[in-house]
Amino acid sequence: MKLDTIVNSIGRKIPRSIPGLGDLAPFDGAFARLNGSYLWSPEARTKKIGAFGDRKLASNLAEAIKRSGLQDGMTISFHHHLRNGDAVLPTIIKAIEELGIKGLTLAPSSLTDAHEIVADAVRRGTIARIHTSGVRGEIGRMISRSEMEIPVMIHSHGGRARAIEEGRISVNVAFLGAPTCDTMGNMTGSTGKSACGTLGYAQIDARNAGHVIAVTDNLVEAPLPHHISIPQYLVDQIVLIDSLGDASRIASGPARISKNPVNLRIAENAFDLIRASGLLVDGCSFQVGAGGASLAVAKYVRDYMRESSVQGGFGIGGITGYMADMLGEGLFRALFDVQSFDAAVTESVAGHPNHVEIDASWYANPFRNCVVNDLDVVVLAALDVDVDFNVDVLTGHDGILRGASGGHSDTAAGSKLSIITIPSIREGVPSIRDQVQTVVTPGETVDAIVTERGICINPRREDLAKLAKDAGLPVKDISRLKAEIEKMTGVPDPVEFDDEIVGVVEYRDGTIVDSIRKVR
Amino acid sequence: MTKTARRRPRRSLLYVPGNNPAMVQNCSVYGADGVLLDLEDAVAVTEKDAARHLVSQALVDLPFDGVEKVVRINGRDTRFFEDDLKAIVPAKPDSIRLPKTESPEDIVEADRIISELERGNDIPVGSIEIHAMLETALALINAYSIATSSPRVTALTLGGQDLAADLGIARSREGTELLYARSHVILAAKAAGKEALDTVFTDVNDQEGLEAECRLAVQLGFSGKAAIHPSQIGTIHRAYRPNEKKLIKAIRVVKAAKDAEAKGLGVIAVDGKMVDAPVVAQANRTIELAKLSGMEVSL
Repeated sequence: MKLDTIVNSIGRKIPRSIPGLGDLAPFDGAFARLNGSYLWSPEARTKKIGAFGDRKLASNLAEAIKRSGLQDGMTISFHHHLRNGDAVLPTIIKAIEELGIKGLTLAPSSLTDAHEIVADAVRRGTIARIHTSGVRGEIGRMISRSEMEIPVMIHSHGGRARAIEEGRISVNVAFLGAPTCDTMGNMTGSTGKSACGTLGYAQIDARNAGHVIAVTDNLVEAPLPHHISIPQYLVDQIVLIDSLGDASRIASGPARISKNPVNLRIAENAFDLIRASGLLVDGCSFQVGAGGASLAVAKYVRDYMRESSVQGGFGIGGITGYMADMLGEGLFRALFDVQSFDAAVTESVAGHPNHVEIDASWYANPFRNCVVNDLDVVVLAALDVDVDFNVDVLTGHDGILRGASGGHSDTAAGSKLSIITIPSIREGVPSIRDQVQTVVTPGETVDAIVTERGICINPRREDLAKLAKDAGLPVKDISRLKAEIEKMTGVPDPVEFDDEIVGVVEYRDGTIVDSIRKVR
Repeated sequence: MTKTARRRPRRSLLYVPGNNPAMVQNCSVYGADGVLLDLEDAVAVTEKDAARHLVSQALVDLPFDGVEKVVRINGRDTRFFEDDLKAIVPAKPDSIRLPKTESPEDIVEADRIISELERGNDIPVGSIEIHAMLETALALINAYSIATSSPRVTALTLGGQDLAADLGIARSREGTELLYARSHVILAAKAAGKEALDTVFTDVNDQEGLEAECRLAVQLGFSGKAAIHPSQIGTIHRAYRPNEKKLIKAIRVVKAAKDAEAKGLGVIAVDGKMVDAPVVAQANRTIELAKLSGMEVSL
């Protein structure tokens, strides 16, 4: 789609408006709307009140969809807690197609490898617009090839919660996979054959959608035996299906510490920087991801906390079994969990009093008093970074969409110390560029980029640079490190793009931080 | 006899297959004091040319950030020996590891070719060192004469696997079968004023076994140990971390030596007791190892 564009504060050309999505505000700095002058109004919602005693249990999916009042052009939502095993979204999309409903806006919390059906649903006209945090596989290729008429909108987790609460995303029907649901509609993610841990993203949909359908493969008599993620009063219908998906891919095994020596070196550098920052003291709060070097950082932190008798305040975010073990050992006072990354978490969610299930707004809505804004340290991964410390977690070296915004920009902005861990070379291609393809997290919120070949500290953080140098850490200027890497790899040819915009990246505050273009 | 002062400790030397570009590319990041870019056992006969080319290019182009660059070439008894030296010496490694060294003649011949190549490539003659690898019973018998056969030889190193095969014995987790061989290599090396480097511990999943073997290596007097996986480096380095008591004593010895030098005294005394030069040298090494281990040292 050819669109009228404007340049935002980090020099990125973004559209002024998109037909079907409305006017767009350009990004104007990570904290421009957080200086006290911006007025934010969550939307007051109206909802039809069903007659008392209305039957909640629908006989099948088709009946539930019909009773929800879903029509052409409306917005439907899903959550992605069922990870790569999710069969709920594909099953519902099929059922909707059989009913002949067209032109929907799809607004899931994210799209995973289990959701390939979406690409064909777009081609068949069932889905006309997509709001999501991430895309992968064929969906990414489809969008990058400009097969959608209306550009996709990428949100951060906090930004999605904000957008739903303010009505920018107005969900007509939310379909929520419920690993266990009781006959009154109370549901939880922490028990059942499809247990996935917490349901933090789904809670926002449940509270704000016009109609909520719980889809479960484990219907039990009320009340639920364990804690309730989403209460009955938010649930309009319940549908019992055979299976929410592939249990082995929903409940993936515990995330393991990498044995890759490069990842371990990165993790060691990142840990050394955290220690040098002086933040690793009693009461510190912490977020790490589950992949690559991130979890290995947690290992170093855990060892240090044990040896030094440091007790952390809280851990947040996507929670791994590793973090749950740290809670169990008393190394954190609490875990705030919006999304469980592996099966090892579910027992902790259900059983530990200080393992707190939080919703996405509580987690990261920048206009709420969200938890990420109290975060001390976050360790994040990236696909690419650039010399201005901007981070891309969406597009690969080939320019194709293949990632997720997630809580990346939310936590980078909210934390006192944001560290990006990235191998300096991935599949022979250097990871530090002059400009990343797509900015998801602006450089002004990134404090350090840590590679196996050295630590680059944002010039805005002179204080941190001094602490790191005083600690004897391998601090390098980012342009120097880039040159050092390119000496080994050469400089890759740039990917060729058309001017056509196929997607936009919304920053957590609702402004547009970058555009995604059609790959030539 | 030449007493050689090492430029830096060689606690760990990591084997990196010379035909693996991804691993070669990362030589500077594994945390080892040195890397052993291998052209010998890790490389199949059909890949010798490619590995030689890759390693020589890497030596020229890649940043090693102070990590010692050692190339293990193929032995003198193979057809690759001379070609390896011709490809590697112009790329200026810090050292050549010469496997299957059995006699002083092996060293003398390698020395002759290296000297010729140094002269032809404007490299100061004698600057490339040799680690002589002793892997047979005969090599052990000749250990001292091998160590003293050239000033280029800065270290003797034990090839445990091949030696066990030569002796017709199986290696055990405890390594008692190699105790004499280890001790012999150390004695020969020390007598010649060279370093002694220990063989590899082959089970990469057995950190406890590695730790025990490292403790033994330190106790016996090895300056360092070869590693076959980056995960072994941390364990090796921990074995060389001096304890606080030893460090405090070393600091006192070095301070006393400095005081004596400043006052122009020929005799160094600590707590009224005379201390001789080897003790000062050992104290300096303790301090160096402490610094490498991240311990705070204030002199």
